[in-house]
Amino acid sequence: MKKLGLIINPIAGMGGRVGLKGTDGADTVAKALELGADTVSPARAVETLGGLKRVGVEFELITYPAEMGAAEASEAGLEARVIGHITSGKTTAEDTKHAAREMLEQGVDLILIAGGDGTMSDVIEAIGTQVPILGIPTGVKMHSAAFANTPQTAGEVAARFLSEGLPLREAEVMDIDEEAYRENRLVAKLKGYAQVPYEPVMMQATKEGSTGYELADQKAIARWVVESMERGRIYALGPGTTTRAVAEELGIYNSTLLGVDLIENYKLLARDTNEQHILEVIEKKPITIIVSPIGRQGFILGRGNQQLSSVIIKRVGKENVWVLATPNKLKATHTLKVDTDDAKLDREFRGYIRVITGYRQTCMIKVV
Amino acid sequence: MNYRQARWVEPLIFELSKPGRVGWASPEKPRERINVPKELLREKLELPELSEPEVVRHYTRLSQMNYGVDSGFYPLGSCTMKYNPKVCEELAALETASCIHPHQAEETVQGALELMYRLERCLAEVAGVARVSLQPSAGAHGEFVAMLLTRAYHKSKRDDKRNQVIVPDSAHGTNPASAAMAGYEVVTVPSNARGRVDLKALKAAVSERSAALMLTNPNTLGLFEDQIINIAGVVHDAGGLLFYDGANLNGILGKTRPGDMDFDIVHFNLHKTFSTPHGGGGPGAGPVGVQKELEKFLPVPLVEYNEKRGRYSLDYDRPHSIGKIKGFYGNFGVFVKAYAYLLLMGAEGLNEVTDAAVLNANYIMRKLLRVEGYELKFDASGPCKHEVVFSAEPLKRETDIWAHFVAKRLLDFGMHAPTYYFPPIVPEALMIEPTESESKEELDRFVDALKTIAEEAKSDPDRVRSAPTATAIGRLDEVKASRQPILSWRAYRKSAKE
Amino acid sequence: MGHPYIPNTREIREQMLREIGVASIDELFADIPHQIRLKRKLKLPPAMSELEVKRHVQAILAKNKPFTQMLSFLGGGVWPHHVPAHVRSLVQRSEFLTSYTPYQPEASQGMLQALFEYQSMIAELVGLEVANSSMYDWATALGEAALMCARVTGRQKFIVPKLISKDRLSVLRNYASGPGLEVVEVGYDRRTGQLDLRQLRAELGGDVAGVYIENPSYLGFLETQGDEIAAAAHKTGALFVVGVNPISLGLFKAPGAYGADIVVGEGQPLGNPVSFGGPSLGIFACRDELKLMRQLPGRLIGATTTLDDKARGYCMVLQTREQHIRRERATSSICTNEALCAVAAAIYLASLGPRGLCNLAELCASNASYAMKKLNTIKGLRSPIFDAPHFNEFTLNCDDTRVLSIQKLNAGLLKRGIQGGKPLREEFPELGKTALLCTTELHSREDIDRLASALKELLGERR
Repeated sequence: MKKLGLIINPIAGMGGRVGLKGTDGADTVAKALELGADTVSPARAVETLGGLKRVGVEFELITYPAEMGAAEASEAGLEARVIGHITSGKTTAEDTKHAAREMLEQGVDLILIAGGDGTMSDVIEAIGTQVPILGIPTGVKMHSAAFANTPQTAGEVAARFLSEGLPLREAEVMDIDEEAYRENRLVAKLKGYAQVPYEPVMMQATKEGSTGYELADQKAIARWVVESMERGRIYALGPGTTTRAVAEELGIYNSTLLGVDLIENYKLLARDTNEQHILEVIEKKPITIIVSPIGRQGFILGRGNQQLSSVIIKRVGKENVWVLATPNKLKATHTLKVDTDDAKLDREFRGYIRVITGYRQTCMIKVV
Repeated sequence: MNYRQARWVEPLIFELSKPGRVGWASPEKPRERINVPKELLREKLELPELSEPEVVRHYTRLSQMNYGVDSGFYPLGSCTMKYNPKVCEELAALETASCIHPHQAEETVQGALELMYRLERCLAEVAGVARVSLQPSAGAHGEFVAMLLTRAYHKSKRDDKRNQVIVPDSAHGTNPASAAMAGYEVVTVPSNARGRVDLKALKAAVSERSAALMLTNPNTLGLFEDQIINIAGVVHDAGGLLFYDGANLNGILGKTRPGDMDFDIVHFNLHKTFSTPHGGGGPGAGPVGVQKELEKFLPVPLVEYNEKRGRYSLDYDRPHSIGKIKGFYGNFGVFVKAYAYLLLMGAEGLNEVTDAAVLNANYIMRKLLRVEGYELKFDASGPCKHEVVFSAEPLKRETDIWAHFVAKRLLDFGMHAPTYYFPPIVPEALMIEPTESESKEELDRFVDALKTIAEEAKSDPDRVRSAPTATAIGRLDEVKASRQPILSWRAYRKSAKE
Repeated sequence: MGHPYIPNTREIREQMLREIGVASIDELFADIPHQIRLKRKLKLPPAMSELEVKRHVQAILAKNKPFTQMLSFLGGGVWPHHVPAHVRSLVQRSEFLTSYTPYQPEASQGMLQALFEYQSMIAELVGLEVANSSMYDWATALGEAALMCARVTGRQKFIVPKLISKDRLSVLRNYASGPGLEVVEVGYDRRTGQLDLRQLRAELGGDVAGVYIENPSYLGFLETQGDEIAAAAHKTGALFVVGVNPISLGLFKAPGAYGADIVVGEGQPLGNPVSFGGPSLGIFACRDELKLMRQLPGRLIGATTTLDDKARGYCMVLQTREQHIRRERATSSICTNEALCAVAAAIYLASLGPRGLCNLAELCASNASYAMKKLNTIKGLRSPIFDAPHFNEFTLNCDDTRVLSIQKLNAGLLKRGIQGGKPLREEFPELGKTALLCTTELHSREDIDRLASALKELLGERR
């Protein structure tokens, strides 16, 4: 029988209703409670679990005590094996990490996580990509692409993953500097990647669309990007799995997933480089920036790839920014966003931009 | 509901084979020694051995396990599954049509050439184009030829920078594939909230690299691209051509014509609009029509008529032609049927076809909008044309019954499923094209069936999920079929042994 | 009065409009801008009743002279054969005839199983493991084969023999133009017609994606160097493609047995009428190597079981393969194919069986053999022009007569109720006044004697 792990961050999402941005840090939680915040994630998790139960898939549910899963499971009418210990009412990020590690030891097939970006970051910090995870969206900040769109779809995807198996893709886990965020400054960091099950695009025979398979689509994109590269030009590869596929197509297997690499004449020129270095290079050679949308909101510039600063982008020019995205990714984010520290530059990018979506395939997508 | 498809446990023809049986007799014995070295001769040939009655029974039974338009309602979107008049079949089977050879002396095939000439004139009038090549074998083949014509056109203008073809995100899958096959890059433009081409996106997409826009009108959502004049302007101003995908021509016959909308190249699906049957996947025919300036590029040969001599002839003397795109002149047998259909209908008949087909689609649209579980994702305010695309998303949200299950369950009601999960811009899409061939009672039955299924999704979801049960066979393991493909009797035997 | 094909009468339509709250049919077309409306009736012939249409079309077609009403020796890509009555009657069954592509396998088992049987029989016939469920015709199948070779090998050159139909070559060039493949012609031995191996080897290199031959060749002779050509192609990493007339395979070695990676051909003679050259049936088969199968164009039907594993069934398979192909250079867009022609082929092959097909092939070849012998005895005529074994087609040359051209000769034959062979001058000027003739089981010895005496008479007259 398949094993399903369940971790609930009971306080995630509380801040939103009372105008706080996120609930990281004990003070904030106290403040939220003071402001009369209600818990959000337990109810959302129950929704997901209810859906799972209805489908009638057989699995063993493993979870943490009380409000970290046990209570919600019983409310949804699901039996669960409860492991670990917590102090109810005073759960912390450490509890989330412990729970993730213990579930890894239990050999679970998938962990459902109810929380926000912070919760997700804690989990991958603890266990990396060793176990597939899937986020039940409950938090205030949900930039990570590892969340399902609704609590209900989380249940559906989990059910299908457990019953018939679904392919896995790598999805960004992002988090934002909490302090800065509460001060209305947004510094989104790409924390890493999680393995997430996904439903290939449902298609009827021979009707066209993407292959439905992320890796095949990424490879097709990479192939065309490489064919389009010119000698004597520098290519700055932003973070992400699609851009990594480009590096791999070039035979570069040590590219950075979270940073910016420079490529020249099909070879790695600099790995995990910074703004300063890129500015130096621009002085000497023409440069093309290659990025892919990051996170659920589809940021192509300004978040998760701050190394590519507004100064650099202005020098390079909009026409020399290549955007790559698989059809699957575009399905999740219908529009793209640019959010650099230069509002004028951001405006320049508004309107339609050409996105490379496959081998000799592009798509016009709106930047808002 | 009391539909039941025949359910034979019919072995493969190879399994029915008995050594020594034969279903064919030679008219005479070979009398001449054939001078061929032994090593070029065949040693073994494992074909099935059966007598004629056994063969006839086998394939009769198989036919009984197949669903056609003659079996019942076939609302497969974008496929125009209308009734195929029987007289057309009878005419195509005449010896004077089926037993003529493409290389026969012209004076012995005047009838065939005349028929092709007349059909060409009819199609040109229906689409508002100057000339039509009948050569392409199918819709996708016609699209491919249109792309070759596009290239020839730009090349003649010494413009070889144009390597992009623009396709809306609601387009038929064959559009981008045909463009790619002809060597073009494909640029997709999104639809706007009204389900039509987003003009702003189109403007951003066109450039000096644009070769053509491929467009279906009415589009795959069954909606008329009412901005077509502007769309055509944007593309033509940028130096590109407009290609009309004729799959949905049934929605505008006699009302407007691709040529009037300023399209440069048009293709037809004779097996859709002009009612030649689809034969379980083919043969069809996908003629391509063009405006005057593109005429010289059409494939060779074209049929010409010399009025003075009263003679038809095949014209190969066309130096700018792209050459040939099929072995001979096209699927002549299909032309006979399409021509007969055109005569049966006439101008008023075709107009009535569109009236009835569009009314039927709108009738379904309005009736189904009142049924819980299904909704329209785009413009629900105006009329649709020949088809309508519903989304079963509300049903999925509430009951976890997807479009896929709805489609399968419909089969139990003795109806074919609509096209589903297409176009991709509509989640849980059910693409319904009723055609003019259906009666009001049949449409009511269809809407009732969808209503029943939506109710069953709540009351008896397992019944929906385990459908179909009234067909020759239950749900198949299609995943397994692709994972370890067994594509022949030989491979099947091998896998059975393992 | 109602319309015979439109069940909803005007009255019913009015009622429907009322039910959905629409004032008139015109309102349903209000979204079509006025400027582009067709403001007149289409200029088409007036509608006719079924009886009138039948008479009208029959009258037009009566201007044709079918080969069943004269003596014809035409082949060259499509070949006249007898279509057994039961083949036609079975494919006319309306459950087959009026169905769409089998998107819903549960309701389309009949079509799917018939196509699976077709694939199985074709694979067997050509000696390979995998056949798809049809292409448009031989020429387009060849075009797709060239593209597939390029995709599999990542190379850009495709070699063909000089002696192939120029129409087929033109189709191939159009298909090859998408990804910019170079099509190279290799010459032949003047005496035997066989492919020039030395030139082939010189052309072969690391840039060649595929080598194509036809067997029997366009001009009817057999290519006897199949093994060597296969070896030469494979040595340089190119794929070997063979084009066939499937009837010949009742008698001759299957291309798979001499190294073919891909086989294409024209399936029309398998139970389909000539029908002025279409509908036709493109055969496409390949070895069951994964790298080939992934690049195979067209539809494939596979065997599977029901979800409960209780019954055997059939469905379309490897559809993502079609998607995969799309991602690569020069993808195939084929969707509608020639399924019903494939079903006819399956019924035809099942009826003939191995013995029937062998007998038929032998009879066709025997007639050709007799014809060549007979025609060769006529002064000034040479048949065949190539010294090689032949199947059912052969060349006839009249350079040593005073006849101005094959066309002139054919005109004389036509006056005697005989359709002569296809003139080859335009395709191959170097072959002089040569025609391509074909015999099948439709020809009797007396028919061939009639051709011979007509030719004798014609040539005599001129002297």
